[in-house]
Amino acid sequence: MRKSLVLALSMLCAAVPAWTTKKKAEVDAKRFQEKLSKEQQVLHALDRLTFGPRTGDVEAVKKMGAKKWIELQLHPEKIAENPALEAKLAPLETLRMTEGETEANYPTPQMIRAVSQGRQPLPDDPVARAAVERLARRFKVKKDEKDAGPMEAAVPLDKLLTQAQIKTLRTGTADQKQEVLAAIPREQIDDIVIAMPPPMRNQLMPIAPESLRRKLLLSNNPLQVVAYDLSEGKLYRAILSNRQLQEQLVDFWYNHFNVFLDKGNDRFMVPSYEREAIRPHVLGHFRDLLESTATAPAMLFYLDNWQSVASDTARRGRGGKQTRGLNENYGRELLELHTLGVDGGYTQKDVTEVARCFTGWTIKNPQAGSAFTYNDRVHDKGEKIVLGVTIPAGGGKDDGEKVLDILARHPSTARFISKKLAQRFVADNPPQALLDRMAKTFLDTNGDIRAVMNTMLTSKEFLSQGAYQSKVKTPFEMIVSSIRATGAQVDYAFPLEDRLRRLGQPLYLKLEPTGYSNANAEWINSAALLERMNFALDLTQNKVQGTKVDQARFNEDPAHTARLMLFTNPSAPTRDAIDKAIADQKTKNPKAPPSPALVAGLVIGSPDFQRR
Amino acid sequence: MFNRRIFLKSSALAMVGVGATPAWLSRALYAQDAPTPRKKVLVAIFQRGAVDGLNVVVPHGEKRYYEMRPTIAIPRPNGTPDTAIDLDGMFGLHPALNALKPIYDAGQLAIIEAVGSPDPTRSHFDAQDYMESGTPGRKATNDGWLNRALPSQSGKLSPVRAISMGAALPRALRGHNDAVAINNLAEFQVKDAPSSMGFESMYGNSADKILNGTGRETFEAVKLMQSIQKQPYNPSNGAKYPGGRLGQSLMQIARLIKSDVGLEVAFTDVGGWDTHVNEVGAKPAQGQLANLLGNFGDSLAAFYNDLGDRIADVTVVTMSEFGRTAKENGNRGTDHGHANVMFAFGGGIKGGKVYGDWPGLDPEQLYENRDLNLTTDFRDVLGELVTRQLGNRNMATVFPGYDQPKFRGLMVG
Repeated sequence: MRKSLVLALSMLCAAVPAWTTKKKAEVDAKRFQEKLSKEQQVLHALDRLTFGPRTGDVEAVKKMGAKKWIELQLHPEKIAENPALEAKLAPLETLRMTEGETEANYPTPQMIRAVSQGRQPLPDDPVARAAVERLARRFKVKKDEKDAGPMEAAVPLDKLLTQAQIKTLRTGTADQKQEVLAAIPREQIDDIVIAMPPPMRNQLMPIAPESLRRKLLLSNNPLQVVAYDLSEGKLYRAILSNRQLQEQLVDFWYNHFNVFLDKGNDRFMVPSYEREAIRPHVLGHFRDLLESTATAPAMLFYLDNWQSVASDTARRGRGGKQTRGLNENYGRELLELHTLGVDGGYTQKDVTEVARCFTGWTIKNPQAGSAFTYNDRVHDKGEKIVLGVTIPAGGGKDDGEKVLDILARHPSTARFISKKLAQRFVADNPPQALLDRMAKTFLDTNGDIRAVMNTMLTSKEFLSQGAYQSKVKTPFEMIVSSIRATGAQVDYAFPLEDRLRRLGQPLYLKLEPTGYSNANAEWINSAALLERMNFALDLTQNKVQGTKVDQARFNEDPAHTARLMLFTNPSAPTRDAIDKAIADQKTKNPKAPPSPALVAGLVIGSPDFQRR
Repeated sequence: MFNRRIFLKSSALAMVGVGATPAWLSRALYAQDAPTPRKKVLVAIFQRGAVDGLNVVVPHGEKRYYEMRPTIAIPRPNGTPDTAIDLDGMFGLHPALNALKPIYDAGQLAIIEAVGSPDPTRSHFDAQDYMESGTPGRKATNDGWLNRALPSQSGKLSPVRAISMGAALPRALRGHNDAVAINNLAEFQVKDAPSSMGFESMYGNSADKILNGTGRETFEAVKLMQSIQKQPYNPSNGAKYPGGRLGQSLMQIARLIKSDVGLEVAFTDVGGWDTHVNEVGAKPAQGQLANLLGNFGDSLAAFYNDLGDRIADVTVVTMSEFGRTAKENGNRGTDHGHANVMFAFGGGIKGGKVYGDWPGLDPEQLYENRDLNLTTDFRDVLGELVTRQLGNRNMATVFPGYDQPKFRGLMVG
């Protein structure tokens, strides 16, 4: 009996999809012609152009009119930025530093080695200096095999604080710890941080004021500050910025021209990469994005082009240590991922020819991570043929520029970029007619991204039933939208990075040049779904460090609470499950009022909230 | 987007009706009544950081080995714990791996020498990436070989066919087939019971096809995990897993295998092998590498013993991104090299033998004048195991661009 049931099930299932798929495609096409109600238009525009609506957003957009609001978001320079965001970004100083400054203040292992060998001076900041001194000494001990004894702080902790204070910092409540920290005279704080053992620093991270938190982090691991600033900056911008579409597009284009933060020296090149190569161009011309990423030290390092030299200039270093030659990585990804797309009509020969054109595009001093430079000595001077276009022999840096010109106005690029944008903003399978119009705009305007976005966002397909709620939120969108929907106060965003890691989307840490996927199916699997549910519970029960939800907001009746965060009515199964959970709770404990956090947690973890 | 696979799974469940799946059904579908109640399992272990293969399986028959490593070479076997454990007169195990010798002697541990990735990179980042994607030299591959290695199946799939032990899904397991990253079996659940019931009901009844399908699978998987954890776990046959992440991960994998929940591939990794400085201690058979290998060998042996006769269904394979320089450096360590050594053990392995062609260590025999040369592509080993252990013959999919791996005869074909 069991066997036959299993058999019957598998036969039935195998038979179904063929006709369903076809029918589904027809239904989909029709749904992209069906209009949204005014209410739906507003929610949809907010769902797609922002990282999720906040209380009051729906009313504000309704008042302005969805179309006018979209137009405004396409012109971020006309939107005043949120002062709360500016205050949050102010302490994150590595976001504003050049590669060289970052390296000097938050040193890499190379610099620490240089310091230990006396080739480089120590940083000025006392906490940074102490950290580098300690690391340099550790390096020296390792190198010399002589144990120089344990590192003693200049002044031990028990000379700076009383035993009672130290005990409180170890075992006290958050309030007690904060009291001790607040009582420390300003001029002593650096010495105290330096004297603390690392576990104590870690314990104090969540409760310390921002300025002290940076000192704690710096003292434990200088390079970690860069990753910390990047994550905090990205989270605060997504949560707080008034220029939401701009932040969406910074995320989109960074992901399109992905660089992996943890590949060697990229650890201090990524802040300037996002700031200078990506951010200024997200609504500009695509050709400028190609130029800025092709010449960015972060990209040159990530895809190895800085090492790529003409085959005939390949050299062997001392002892045959380093063989260098033509490196095709950047050339290949430029064609496959940045411009034409994998089916864009290029050959392996084109990849090699493109790589030859970019020989000599390198980094001035890669260990100090400085600027782009062109080294004519290692450039391949021969003739190249790229996508049928002859680039004559004897060229220089211009060879690469010509390649970027060809690619920026190639019809395959127009189609590939249009489709990727539409998959992010419209639907996983956007209708071809829309893609054709977007590609036409791309070609007509020489790759003006704002114009392409405008074609898409003003289309009937964008404001259609086919697009409405058709996207599953990525982990980043899920976390940020839940914070915006609950009105949570974020004092310390970095712990959210750990949640993103567990959900499979750590920030700036996508190893592959493909960037993170934009497709629904990619983000929904058992482990990730459980993490989403558990995050919803932790957030609403105030168990996420550094983030606080005002639970009093959820005191109203459950239907109201659900609407408060979904901005529309919950689906029937979600509403029923919430009602049943409350009823069960009442049966178990008739005297206690229904827990507001229970309802809020169920809403944020519901299938409804996973969509946008 | 309409995903046929998701549809198949969710519709199979939809037939059963709304609400919780009866326990007998999950058991029936995964175990007793399935065509093969016991699944064949492939476990892959990644040694991150590039382990020094020449000190793991020691070429003690090579004079050059001792010339190039005057202070760190493992001495020739003489039966004492400070020397290599002889295998075949030419090679010997590092003495810290003594727990693996009985498996070798039982003919169930095979060693593959001079194996690795043909890509010349000496970057940990790139080499690990290439070995996990299974496409050396190609960066844009967006899935991993172990995910592609899962045989295609119709009908009901176990939600825990593919797991990795750890917080994040590793590159090797990413891809089209569902794979689950589990830090700890006990944590695989919704944190509080009333919310768990609420979520189960709303996802189970949702009209949202993707979320409904995966939601149902998720709660099924949670129940499976809970059900196998009702009793405390006692490893069989007196197996003792050492402390540390690798041992604990392997213990949980053994538990899943013995529970017949449909596990087919598992991945775990262990770091710390990047021994540039002080690879050895006071004696060459002591110190950093010896400690790591001791834990490694004891973990593997505990897994082997714990599985008992279930090892007949299981194959374990180990790998590391590249080998290390043949010559020791000035810090009693070794630097990034090229070819390395792999282990494969399990019931179906024709073990008790060192496989692979030994390229020799003379200067002209070395890769770029400094490293052990490569004579076996790692995909030859993995391809054979995927084909013969998992029954997936579609090499063009598992290793794109390398669809005819040269099997070494590690398993009965």
